[in-house]
Amino acid sequence: MPTTDEQTERNAESTETATAADDAPGAVAFERAGIRAGFVTCLPVALGVAGYGIAFGVLADRAGLSVAEVALMSATVLAGASQIIAVELWADPIPAATVVLAVFAVNLRYSLMGAALRPWFKHLSGSQVYGSLFFMADENWALTMRDLTSGSRRGAFLLGSGLAIWVFWVASSVAGVAVGGVIDDPATFGLDFVLVATFVALAVELWDGASTAIPWAVALVTALVTAQVLSGQWHVIGGGVAAAVVEVVRRG
Amino acid sequence: MADPLSLDPPVVAVIAAMAAATYLTKIGGLWLLTRVGVSDRVEAALEALPGAIVVAVLGPELAAGGPAEWLAGSVVAVVAWRTGNIFLALVTGVGAVVAFRAVL
Repeated sequence: MPTTDEQTERNAESTETATAADDAPGAVAFERAGIRAGFVTCLPVALGVAGYGIAFGVLADRAGLSVAEVALMSATVLAGASQIIAVELWADPIPAATVVLAVFAVNLRYSLMGAALRPWFKHLSGSQVYGSLFFMADENWALTMRDLTSGSRRGAFLLGSGLAIWVFWVASSVAGVAVGGVIDDPATFGLDFVLVATFVALAVELWDGASTAIPWAVALVTALVTAQVLSGQWHVIGGGVAAAVVEVVRRG
Repeated sequence: MADPLSLDPPVVAVIAAMAAATYLTKIGGLWLLTRVGVSDRVEAALEALPGAIVVAVLGPELAAGGPAEWLAGSVVAVVAWRTGNIFLALVTGVGAVVAFRAVL
């Protein structure tokens, strides 16, 4: 089966290269070997992801979520920073609109990352593309771009590396709930500090040099002022929107 | 303490909406941006959003804390920056806040 597929793909490629100028990366294969390569390459990175997973589990437990709910969220959302922000916004009743809007805003960057895969993914079937994209996270996207730009032609690399992240993310989230659950008074062990510590670590990771300084300063000031004026979680949306507006104006 | 296996319907509904919104962002770019293209301005704004939102959450949290939290926050930043090991950064930070609270 692979032989005929490859044959057809090669033929399709040779006719395409004549017409499509952006076809340079060439046809990619979607095979078991690519899944395995992605999974193995991503394992050490997935261990790092588990650090956030435990923190997320502790925070979700303190927000009142059950083990089953945390596992469900990690398994279906699979987007670390946005999940941590969501449980920070969690309250009773759940501010559903704010939570979903914040999650959407934080994850909008995935649109750009997914679009960057097009030179290779346009050779794959719809189910291969849209199945793989579910498992896209920052870490395995970076690994996949490195692998594909090196000319490996392993179209299944994103899926394999994403599966490694998925397994560790779900397992570590559940472990985090267990850690949070056995401790009665969080302050005794500094667990009330996990949120701030997690966000400081996220910020360090997202820091991208001087270009980040202006939007971050705008977000910080807007959030501090908004938090003084409005109760609830408006400072999160306000800070994000203000930074986005500044970036749009600045690049004009 | 809540039943570990409980699935509260409103919670499940919000999780489903979060999952749908996230999946939309993951597939939307490949589907849409390659058809209509995206300007540099919009790209810059989208890239600035995650960091900006993290800072917007963090700012008021830190402002509500005191010197112990600020010092421990610096410890987290330094460890995360120098080692790139998130778990180590979090454990060190939590240990630091307990120590600073006892001393300060």
